[in-house]
Amino acid sequence: MLITFLLIPILTAIVLLFIKKDTLAFQTAIAASLATLALAVFASFNKVETFDMSWLPNLNSRFTLQADGLAKILILLSSISLPAILMASNKNEYKQKNIFLSLLLFTQAGLMGVFLAGDALLFYFFWELALIPVYFLCSIWGGEKRIAITFKFFIYTFLGSLFMLIGILFVNAHTVEHSFSIQAFIQANLTDGQKITAFALFFVAFAIKMPIFPLHTWQPDTYEQSPTPVTMVMSAVMVKMGLYGILRWLLPLFPVAFAAHTNVVVFLSVVGILYASFIAIRQDDIKRLIAYSSIAHIGLMNAAIFSGTGIAIQGALIQLFSHGINVLGLWIIADIVEQQTGTRSMQQMGGLAKKQPTLAILLVGFALANIAMPLTNAFVGEFLMFNGLFILNPWIAGFAGISIVLAAIYTLNMVQKVAYGEISEKINAMPAPNKAAQLVLIILLIIVFVTGVYPQPLFTLTADTLQQLIAK
Amino acid sequence: MNAIIVSTLLGVIMMFCSWGIKIQKTQQSIALVGLFVLILSNLAQLNGWYVINFDTKGMLAFTRFGLYINSLFFIITFIYIWLNGEEIAKFNNQAADFYALFFFILCGASILTSFDNLLMLFIGIEILSIPLYILTGADKKNLFSNEAALKYFLMGSFSTGILLLGITFIYGATGSFHLVEPVLKPSTGLPAEQMILSAGLLLVFAAMNFKVSAAPFHFWTPDVYDGAPTVFTSFMATIVKAAGFIAFITIFNSQSKALGYSWALVLSFVIVSTLLVGNIVAVFQRSVKRMLAYSSIAQAGFMLFALYGKSSFAQEGIVLYAVVYSLATIGVFGVLIKMKENSFEAFNGLAKTNPLLAFVTTIFLFSLAGIPLTGGFFAKYYMLNALYAAGAGLWLIIIAILFAAISVFYYFKLVQAMYFFTGKPAMHEVPKKYTYALLLIAILLLILGVFPSLVFNYLYF
Repeated sequence: MLITFLLIPILTAIVLLFIKKDTLAFQTAIAASLATLALAVFASFNKVETFDMSWLPNLNSRFTLQADGLAKILILLSSISLPAILMASNKNEYKQKNIFLSLLLFTQAGLMGVFLAGDALLFYFFWELALIPVYFLCSIWGGEKRIAITFKFFIYTFLGSLFMLIGILFVNAHTVEHSFSIQAFIQANLTDGQKITAFALFFVAFAIKMPIFPLHTWQPDTYEQSPTPVTMVMSAVMVKMGLYGILRWLLPLFPVAFAAHTNVVVFLSVVGILYASFIAIRQDDIKRLIAYSSIAHIGLMNAAIFSGTGIAIQGALIQLFSHGINVLGLWIIADIVEQQTGTRSMQQMGGLAKKQPTLAILLVGFALANIAMPLTNAFVGEFLMFNGLFILNPWIAGFAGISIVLAAIYTLNMVQKVAYGEISEKINAMPAPNKAAQLVLIILLIIVFVTGVYPQPLFTLTADTLQQLIAK
Repeated sequence: MNAIIVSTLLGVIMMFCSWGIKIQKTQQSIALVGLFVLILSNLAQLNGWYVINFDTKGMLAFTRFGLYINSLFFIITFIYIWLNGEEIAKFNNQAADFYALFFFILCGASILTSFDNLLMLFIGIEILSIPLYILTGADKKNLFSNEAALKYFLMGSFSTGILLLGITFIYGATGSFHLVEPVLKPSTGLPAEQMILSAGLLLVFAAMNFKVSAAPFHFWTPDVYDGAPTVFTSFMATIVKAAGFIAFITIFNSQSKALGYSWALVLSFVIVSTLLVGNIVAVFQRSVKRMLAYSSIAQAGFMLFALYGKSSFAQEGIVLYAVVYSLATIGVFGVLIKMKENSFEAFNGLAKTNPLLAFVTTIFLFSLAGIPLTGGFFAKYYMLNALYAAGAGLWLIIIAILFAAISVFYYFKLVQAMYFFTGKPAMHEVPKKYTYALLLIAILLLILGVFPSLVFNYLYF
């Protein structure tokens, strides 16, 4: 069962390379992504068998795929994201669209692999494989400065993952029978000093991927220059790889070293949250605004995880999903506006509510979710996370709490500039609304409110992971 | 034994071949058939059948490891000649002469995989090197080629001299040429003899570093690789280098103990400086060929890890590394041969005009950079593992990793040129068959990227 999460995207991606007709390519891609979604929904509510196969006998590495609540919730998120992204950006013109779609599906396969891998070497494998298609996507279809910026992004994350590779090699050398399985890694025979070294090696990779201040410099540029569908994949799903890595590997493997670094990491995260929020306030480019807002949100999740309190981790587990949905909604709106007006500068927008009322309402909906208003899904997660941070240290919770105010400032400011005021020239020239994209947005917004009012399914889904993590 | 004898015979046959047979295609076919016979004869020895069998008095020792490596060398040479037949013939109507030289080189390589005596090492290195001097100067009317050949010849002879001096010192101290375990010991145990022995080993070490182009003995490499005809550079940078490494490892796996503690220090110095020079200088190259020359120095730095200490990772790793690196390098040079210019800009827009060629080049470059899903990743992984298993500090591994990240920079510059920049690459005509041959190499690399053990499983059974 779990192997199909890899097979469907990979096989479709290969087939897509040979489909030259745009519409047919799109239909194939959407069919495959919907099939994956159906599987993901099924897997979320059922128990799934671990997939295990011999892979590298000399190295004692096995092709193991396994899914617990943490994996399932992220699988679900990435399966929801891909069809949404495809539907919403179908109107966009891309040269060689079949290759574009094919690379997107390869990315999805890589992400699925990362979330499902139960073997460290396999994890590393997919970790890199998710990066390569993105490198090509951004460099071929991105904005003006794409080549240099994407390259910076690539080298940055590649270097980070190489450190993780050393970490894997290091821990592997100390396991029984040199196994790579996650259980063997947890039982690895390391001294406390060695654990701290290994912790640092793993942490660098995850910190760059998330990113945590001060390793975040690649992100805003990359988000701005990438074609928006790719930005959506990156900010809705890919940044979760870093958080996932921490929850799956770092915390269970080195609980002591983890606890020892709580203060440093939480401090960095809080600095990052405030820093990103202040910068977001100053942004005029709508894509950059969302990018910085995303850094702030991810920083909060990271701080919550590192606080080590059960309630905060529960919040982060839910927020992994919710943040993905919310940011996806914002990106889709930003993309529609950019495609239809040809600008990303918010000064040149205004009056969207009069021209396209539906879109403006949707924008307000996602904006409220972005600032974690009650009734929206983000409220549930953020409330729990702040709760946990408060238990850790009220001061930290207080400082991090400023970000809520700041988020309200920049988000509502954005809504005001885009939706209200006089109808600007560019907004006035907007063509008829993009029905397909609006439908996607409505569905996402429904998810936002349903999981905001009734988050119990998400709690149930992540219960097993939480139990294991707290046991540490 | 079989390989040494048969390759010599084949070399002689090829030499005389050019009298009767004038058609290039036929000459190539004969060479390929010859290689096939060579592979068979070598495999026959693995199963205990000898063409001629006599006692070498411990001069040569045929191990499963050595014989298996021979087969790999021959198979890679087969691919190389199959791919590059036409190109080889360009420099001379008598391509058969070159094929003869290749067989002599292979003879040298077979000695280097099986010597158990320092004299045989010397002979093997000479047999390997002398044909190379000729191949470097094969483009007779090109001044750069002439210059490269002369430079290579002078510096190569000098390094052979150093090798010989080292061997003499060792003989003086121990009274023996034999490389048997346990470690070489001074015959009288006087401190002066120990010093002479160490000096001798260090001289051999320096000479071997020269042969595998490790820094600080690398200065000939960029000039020679750049000056030599591309098709021969491709051979030099792959099989010849790998053979050098096998010899290097054979000597120092056992004898490094005679150097004691200082061995790790000396080797670490060479490793770090090789990685440093190769990677940093490659970043600034404007010609792809020169970049590949420096990258080959950088790759040598990674292969040196196998010398750090004996472990199954080192042994399996060097085999995997040699194969993967050779295939990828032959592939990249195969593409470079078809370009009219060597600069990075010459590759601009290749993905538009010839997507398949651009794709295979990307695979080769990924493999050289060690990106997962290509053989290069596991090659590098095994090497790092070997380093750790041999007890090297984590700092050395981290330095290696940092340089690996730098190497991505220059390999990807070429990927960028092909995919993201527009332009019209000036190319020689690329036959369909040629592209498919390259595609086959790329597929091999991808297979090794998922199942690396295919290469070294036969080391054991």
